[in-house]
Amino acid sequence: MSNSAVCEELTAKSYAELTANFDWSTAERELGYQPGQAINIGWMCSDRICHLGMADKVALYWEDFQGNHQQFTFDDLRVLSNTVAQFVCDLGIQPGERVCLFMDRVPELYIGFLGILKTGAVAQPLFSAFGDESLLVRLQNANTSAILTQKKHLHKVRKIREQLPNLRHIIVVDAGDSALQAREVSFDMKRAPRVEAFAVYPTLAESPSVLHYTSGTTGQPKGAQHVHYSIISQYLTSKWVLDLQPDDIYWCNADPGWVTGTSYGIIGPWSNGTTQVVLDSGFNAERWYEFIAKHRVTVWYSAPTAIRLLMKEGTEVVRRHDHSSLRHLASVGEPLNAEAVIWSQEAFGKMFHDTFWQTETGCIVITNFPGMPIKPGSMGRPFPGITAAVLNIKTYEPITEPGIAGLIALRPGWPSQVRGYWNNEAGFKAKFKNGWYLCGDRASIDSDGYYWFMGRDDDVINTGGHLVGPFEIESALLEHPAVYESAAVAKPDPVNMEVVKAFVTLKRGYEPSDDLELEIMNHIRKRLSPLAMPQAIEFVDSLPKTRSGKIVRRVLRCKEFNEPVGDLSTIMDD
Amino acid sequence: MDEITKLVRDYVIREYLEEGDEREITETTPLISGGIVDSFSMVSLKRFLEKKCNIQISDACATPDAFDTVQKIVGLVHKFQKAQPVAV
Repeated sequence: MSNSAVCEELTAKSYAELTANFDWSTAERELGYQPGQAINIGWMCSDRICHLGMADKVALYWEDFQGNHQQFTFDDLRVLSNTVAQFVCDLGIQPGERVCLFMDRVPELYIGFLGILKTGAVAQPLFSAFGDESLLVRLQNANTSAILTQKKHLHKVRKIREQLPNLRHIIVVDAGDSALQAREVSFDMKRAPRVEAFAVYPTLAESPSVLHYTSGTTGQPKGAQHVHYSIISQYLTSKWVLDLQPDDIYWCNADPGWVTGTSYGIIGPWSNGTTQVVLDSGFNAERWYEFIAKHRVTVWYSAPTAIRLLMKEGTEVVRRHDHSSLRHLASVGEPLNAEAVIWSQEAFGKMFHDTFWQTETGCIVITNFPGMPIKPGSMGRPFPGITAAVLNIKTYEPITEPGIAGLIALRPGWPSQVRGYWNNEAGFKAKFKNGWYLCGDRASIDSDGYYWFMGRDDDVINTGGHLVGPFEIESALLEHPAVYESAAVAKPDPVNMEVVKAFVTLKRGYEPSDDLELEIMNHIRKRLSPLAMPQAIEFVDSLPKTRSGKIVRRVLRCKEFNEPVGDLSTIMDD
Repeated sequence: MDEITKLVRDYVIREYLEEGDEREITETTPLISGGIVDSFSMVSLKRFLEKKCNIQISDACATPDAFDTVQKIVGLVHKFQKAQPVAV
């Protein structure tokens, strides 16, 4: 079935009919996979595309802010990922070991990801803006054996490596003539001898592939363990939801340090043989619009925060560039507000299609399909093959009445569903109730079956489409010499939906001041990441606690959102 | 280099350049678009300017473009200093 045929079918057929007749084996057939055979994402995204006659097609056009650029065909992907794989194997890395990718959005990140998967090792991408503490926690938890990084991030790895005795290899992709230290090794992907043939490790459907870290309310971040079979969902959703077609030029804004950047910034487009463009640069409206016009981008997958930043820069800058190539726009990370959807129609003549999913789902699960009427502000409807519901908060039974808020839940069993949390079985089990996987978000369903997002169901902060756990922030706050106690909660924000706000009590001898506020903000930014940095700090005399002494973040969060605090009977009077 | 330009430039070098990053920061080096300061970290830079220059920068004016170079930031500071004449 051609992709355009899928879209026509989605438009012409009833949604119910399409859903009723859906089977994931559609993707298995199209990918040439038969159950029980070997399946390897690295091979599927490179060698397989070459075998289909697209070896000379451009797979990646990469550019940085200064205008430096590189281009790679699918055959380059095949050979260079072989080259990475061979290098990793020669270091003695075994299948199943975790190999971290800690880089900016450089070609080595994208191609290295495929290379690691080809060896049977587990790719562990981490956001390069993470501070040393965030990096340490995730590498310790995963017991990571090797890390691929750039010279500019090496100092963070050096700071923590003594605490990581099992990190055997620190692979620097741009070391040049720099002096390297113990355990460090230089690897220049483009200058290394090209490996034409590599025996790809015959991973099976349930073999571990990618380990992405995500935050929860309690404890440190959890490693969501995915498997090679996830490509089945990522391939089909890229085709049906992002509407990737053979001649598309696709741009995904997401960084592969997060799940969108791997599921839809690597696996989805390349398993479809789609050309993608990458801009390794910070935000700049003019530069982004130039980039779209220059490359004649047809499909753009962005995020509400980016869209709202573009809105802030106005429509005049949009008009200065030719965006007539844009055919389909989609968004992910947090709910796309109606104003942003309407603005995109005014600015580009097209509406952004909101998509809902998360690290644990591995693929888009609730979405606005191409061809489906959009209700601005709605998340859309479940992807065929995904059984979704909103559950009663007490009984965990599906709510059948329209408009009633409940917990977003999914019936387990789709191909890219997380298989577990690394070293955290109890945390994983806690995500299931009554045979449903709980996403941790609240929504309602209207009479047409459209889902409407209402907010998180826990204390996790969704800032700019990234989940930040309060525990990690509070732990880092306590490392500051002035902080006695703290609570990190979400605060509403017009651009990022939510930002971090910290409530802090000070140790004896310290007084609240602007200087101290700024010092604490920068402390968190450097230790954890800019995302985790509190955008506001309120110094308080005490924090609300239960009688057993546990800080009740709910009270503080409700105040920020102007919501009723509810039952306060367990809160201790101070 | 005037006092505010030096203040901003020194702060950017001290707070946002990674250890060992020897990039030169000039008045026109792209900060946000060049990936040196991200849009989240912009808030701490804004807070620093407000504190040191005794101004209040409105959220509407605190755009990534307005914070993209030292030169633009200094222009923004001057604009708000004129709007709210106070001693630095």
